[in-house]
Amino acid sequence: MVRTALVTGASRGIGRAIAFALARDGHQVGVNFSSSSGPAADVVAEIEAAGGKAIALGADVSDAAAVDAMFTEAAAQLGPVEILVNNAGITADNLLLRMTPEDFDRVLAVNLRSAFLCSRLAVKAMLRARWGRIISIASVAGIAGNPGQANYAASKAGLIGFTKSVAKEVGSRGITANVVAPGFINTDMTEGLGAEVKESVLGSISLGRFGEAAEVAAAVAFLASEAAGYITGQVLAVEGGLAL
Amino acid sequence: MEKTEIETRLRDVLVSELGLDADKINRSANFETDLDVDSLGVVELLMAMEDEFGVKIPDDEAEHIHTVGEAIDLVHGKLNV
Ligand SMILES: NC(=O)c1ccc[n+]([C@@H]2O[C@H](COP(=O)([O-])OP(=O)(O)OC[C@H]3O[C@@H](n4cnc5c(N)ncnc54)[C@H](OP(=O)(O)O)[C@@H]3O)[C@@H](O)[C@H]2O)c1
Repeated sequence: MVRTALVTGASRGIGRAIAFALARDGHQVGVNFSSSSGPAADVVAEIEAAGGKAIALGADVSDAAAVDAMFTEAAAQLGPVEILVNNAGITADNLLLRMTPEDFDRVLAVNLRSAFLCSRLAVKAMLRARWGRIISIASVAGIAGNPGQANYAASKAGLIGFTKSVAKEVGSRGITANVVAPGFINTDMTEGLGAEVKESVLGSISLGRFGEAAEVAAAVAFLASEAAGYITGQVLAVEGGLAL
Repeated sequence: MEKTEIETRLRDVLVSELGLDADKINRSANFETDLDVDSLGVVELLMAMEDEFGVKIPDDEAEHIHTVGEAIDLVHGKLNV
């Protein structure tokens, strides 16, 4: 069945791969971005070239008014959103003693508040449809913690509690809510890691390599599918055996 | 808008949007006890009423809606000020 999906932060990295995977499964995709309008247009073009349907939706997902406008636009052009992927995320790393309140708030707003703002609008249409999928991209940092990422880990752990609560609230209406928690994935976000850090991280990954965005996207596509209809409130780690 | 028109439209919404049993809907029917509407269903009811009649129903007013008749009265009061 063709559904309307909205992927936040789909101009680059993992979100981009998720947009491709959902389009390949036959869904129409809203490709959200905040500043990368060129890359977002490229994602749309690539989906269209493969015979799919997609539109680019510019919006800072931490901004309630911008999120409202984005959902209105998505509904007008593609129909009500039935698959929501809360993927947009940022880091602003620093040790606790050096972390500013601004960096804490910004990370919480983009990574966690955004999921609240988007989910509450998406759920409205999902309730009507008696069907829906909410998938939020957290991180292993939100499960195990990570030095230098108190703000980021808090936002990702927050997504897990948020998701479990929403899953309980709307489960009776055929709507599922799940989390995918990636480990180290090759994207712009991890590109900045120093060689030393990468080397030491690799030693603790059972599969001995970083993951690819498409490997996270495959998990998301599964949770978005009809086949995953009996899975809700779960955290699916895609991390190459990091925490074993 | 007359109460009878509000009642007709509300009845349609309750059946089509909330999937309620048309035979059980009357003014004295209690949403929770007679119509089996759960807490999320109450929220759906409010959303549907807001959309259907173009009114805003804040939480403190929503608390007073227990029966179909009370829902009709609330909408009637809002549309006829
Ligand atoms: N890479 C990893 O190893 C890894 C591991 C665990 C979890 N994750 C999580 O996976 C998600 C995607 O990460 P990634 O590695 O793909 O990151 P990325 O390559 O840095 O891409 C981030 C995406 O989010 C968008 N974005 C950022 N701020 C936004 C805002 N305020 N509003 C709307 N969009 C915004 C960006 O769009 P613009 O360029 O337009 O701003 C971009 O498309 C994030 O939630 C991240 O925390 C990543």
